[in-house]
Amino acid sequence: MLVNALFVIAGLLVISAIISITDNLLQFEAKKSGLDTQKENFSLFPRLGEMFSAKAPAFTNGAPYHKLTKGHSINLVGEASGDVSNKQVSRYSVKPTNYRGIAPIPKLLVEQGDEVKAGQPLFFDKSNENIKYVAPVSGEVIEIRRGDKRAISDIIILADKNQQYVQNDVPNLASATREEIINFMMGSGLWPLINRRPFDTIANPDETPRDIFISTFDTAPLAMNNDIIVDGDEEAFQKGIDLLNKLTDGDVYLGLNGKAGQTPAAGFYNAQNVQKHYFDGIHPAGNVGIQIHHINPIKSGDSVWTLKVQDVIAMGKMFLTGNYSGETYVALTGSEFITPSYVKTYRGANIAELVKGNIKEGKVRMISGDVLTGKTIAPDGFLNAKDDQLTTLKEGDHNELFGWLLPIKPRPSISKTFPAFLMPNHEFEVDTNTHGEKRAFVMTGQYESVLPMDIFPQTLMKAIMAGDFERMEGLGINELSEEDIAICEFACTSKMPLQEILRDGLDMIQEQS
Amino acid sequence: MGLLDFFKKIEPDKKKNPFLHTAYDAFFTFAYAPDSTTKNGTHIKDGMDLKRTMVMVVLAMQLCYLFGTYNMGHQHFVAMGQYGGFLEGFHLKLAHGLIKLLPIFIWTHIVGLGIEFYFAYKKGHAVEEGFLVSGALIPLIMPPDIPIWILCVAVAFAVILGKEAFGGTGMNIWNVALLSRVFVFFAYPTSISGDEVWVSGFDSLAAGSAPVYGWAHNLFNGLFDTMGVAQFGTGAVADGYTGATPLSLAYQGGWERVTEVYSPAQMWWGTIPGSIGETNKIFILIGAAILLLTKIASWRIMFSMLIGAAVTAMMFNAWGSTPFMQVPWLYQFYMGSFFFAMAFMATDPVTASGTNAGKWIYGFLIGMIGMIIRTINPAYPEGWMLAILFLNTFAPLIDHYVVEANMKKRLQRG
Repeated sequence: MLVNALFVIAGLLVISAIISITDNLLQFEAKKSGLDTQKENFSLFPRLGEMFSAKAPAFTNGAPYHKLTKGHSINLVGEASGDVSNKQVSRYSVKPTNYRGIAPIPKLLVEQGDEVKAGQPLFFDKSNENIKYVAPVSGEVIEIRRGDKRAISDIIILADKNQQYVQNDVPNLASATREEIINFMMGSGLWPLINRRPFDTIANPDETPRDIFISTFDTAPLAMNNDIIVDGDEEAFQKGIDLLNKLTDGDVYLGLNGKAGQTPAAGFYNAQNVQKHYFDGIHPAGNVGIQIHHINPIKSGDSVWTLKVQDVIAMGKMFLTGNYSGETYVALTGSEFITPSYVKTYRGANIAELVKGNIKEGKVRMISGDVLTGKTIAPDGFLNAKDDQLTTLKEGDHNELFGWLLPIKPRPSISKTFPAFLMPNHEFEVDTNTHGEKRAFVMTGQYESVLPMDIFPQTLMKAIMAGDFERMEGLGINELSEEDIAICEFACTSKMPLQEILRDGLDMIQEQS
Repeated sequence: MGLLDFFKKIEPDKKKNPFLHTAYDAFFTFAYAPDSTTKNGTHIKDGMDLKRTMVMVVLAMQLCYLFGTYNMGHQHFVAMGQYGGFLEGFHLKLAHGLIKLLPIFIWTHIVGLGIEFYFAYKKGHAVEEGFLVSGALIPLIMPPDIPIWILCVAVAFAVILGKEAFGGTGMNIWNVALLSRVFVFFAYPTSISGDEVWVSGFDSLAAGSAPVYGWAHNLFNGLFDTMGVAQFGTGAVADGYTGATPLSLAYQGGWERVTEVYSPAQMWWGTIPGSIGETNKIFILIGAAILLLTKIASWRIMFSMLIGAAVTAMMFNAWGSTPFMQVPWLYQFYMGSFFFAMAFMATDPVTASGTNAGKWIYGFLIGMIGMIIRTINPAYPEGWMLAILFLNTFAPLIDHYVVEANMKKRLQRG
């Protein structure tokens, strides 16, 4: 009896050894032939992940489909709706502080009182005189505001009723060399539209990016709907993509919304000369950093460029018309707007004029951008150049009796101790209260549950706080930007300032290299 | 607004009375959520904070508290052969339980919070909420008759050397509640081992010994007298009563011996001698479910600990050289404090592994080592305290290797 059992076991062992060795040999051969063993399955056995993975919707047509399960979408009151209206804003500002990597006091090309045309250079940074920063509108420079230590905070332009444009001599995309195109872009004001990762700086014209990434949908709270932006400007968008293809040796990737039930807008869906990747998930699936991680992660030494849809359209319009288009769509969102809506205006619009007549009384915080990554702006300030959203929130500087245990109003949270999780579509009315004081790291696993990346955020934060460079790089700090870690900062029980810590770490690494 | 104004009026000056201000701040932030608003970074924050997290854990333990308090009284009278039914003599058992629990609970918090307040004042920051959970756990893991002075020394040891010396909440390596228990275990072993310490109210469990009652019992007697119900005072330890817990019975004679004295229902519902909070496994599991549903405790640790203990118990079943090893692996979970350790001790996020993969390894090893200690070493009736403290020491190492693997993978990509 025992002998029989032993024979059976030995037989099974031999068979499983043979199968295992065969399987490994198959993998080995595949690797030797240069095939990608991660993407394709060269094994005898089906991959568990493939058997149970989500099915891509039909409209993806075989393009790569990524289902992201981690994350947290915050539904807030005050989502913009309705048709886009043209907003008459008279003042616009160009802010040097919107661009990382330039000196606080750039070299000005205009003075107060000068008349400028849309697309006319206003200033440049002495580290590269060729990159010009231009006016989004034509009009008179009415004020050059300075901040601490004479740093320039705003160059304010009072816009003309009828816009006048600088007519640029656009090179022919088909025949021009890469260098000619780059020189043109630098001089005409298109260059600052490009964002370079890692570090989120102005792109270096001497550096060829590995790839270029564009995300066509924004999952941030109350974010602008990019379908509205591209609607009517599909030709410009395509032209922009064709231009970007000339600038990189790699590919231009488009991140599209892969959620079943709604085909992306025609401008994105029918785009040519791009690698389309579909992402299906809650926030931060729309973040370009997350998409880069899933398409082709940034390795040490790599640099990639990212652009927003509005920036690509601006580039396309330049190459179609020769004029710099400073037009931008802005979503006026948040609970403190009487009628949250979409407006079409120019970059750097004045906040007070944007919200006039549409804002509620009381202590309101105005944010250029979304509630996770945006910056607070004073009422007489201006929208940041790359932001397509103005969010308004109530300030929350009041004590609430046992507010941490029994909140009176429902509040957004990743925790299931708040019964609001039973109503996934509930829109929260939020304020800026921190709901707790800053503590040391206590809970673990929270950041990983909302960040769909193969990264250990808490370990990375600790490495940054310790100033350990090798560890920071090894843990993947180059793959992260503030907007990616913002959802972790929202979820943090200990109220740690993660975006600030991350920026300190990135600054440290930048200084080193 | 009246209460808030009152609070603001009595606020001690930060410069003149820093210690009072720290104490005031602790109570104020307990009553009122702070009014700070976001500065740099995200403009809105999650509604969850550390205070709420800690209080949820304490709330999850409340069923154990209620049951444990009553059970102390129940075991006291069962030892004397009186009021055998669980609900008989309700008022007496409840009174006895409260008399035993409240001093332990109050003194734990006085010593623990006092030390926390002092350190917060010295360092100049707010009192942090870490002690809310430790202070709720410590009474539940102590034997009911523990002398108060031993308890205070143990709590002081655990909070000063186990927590504040490392930097306070979030910085400790070892589980604070377990440190207090391990201190009592090694420094005053007779008060925590043996068969006699798990039943309260007797100096000795020899047949005929009289119960020990103090001033509080006499106070209640006065109350019961006016109400016309039974009082404390009559009775003595019954013949043949040993006060043995199921574990110690299993050592003597395996599962057969255990089932002679206790039924499986008794072991699950916890009407057996033991530490104050560890006996009722159903209530512990309800608490564990609360923690899992609210995602405060990690299911990975709980699940892997279960698997680790089960696998090890099965291996011992296969070996089977002592009566204890022959106890079927499923019945190992009926006895001892496995579930309490699993639900509340092992899942402490500060001392456990931080990475998800690390949590699997951490939980599995706790289950394995705890079961080994329980089975092989007859001097320690229960192995979870030591296993958890042991793995607390190794948790950073486990995390280190998980993170190293991630870093290597990243390097190989590029």
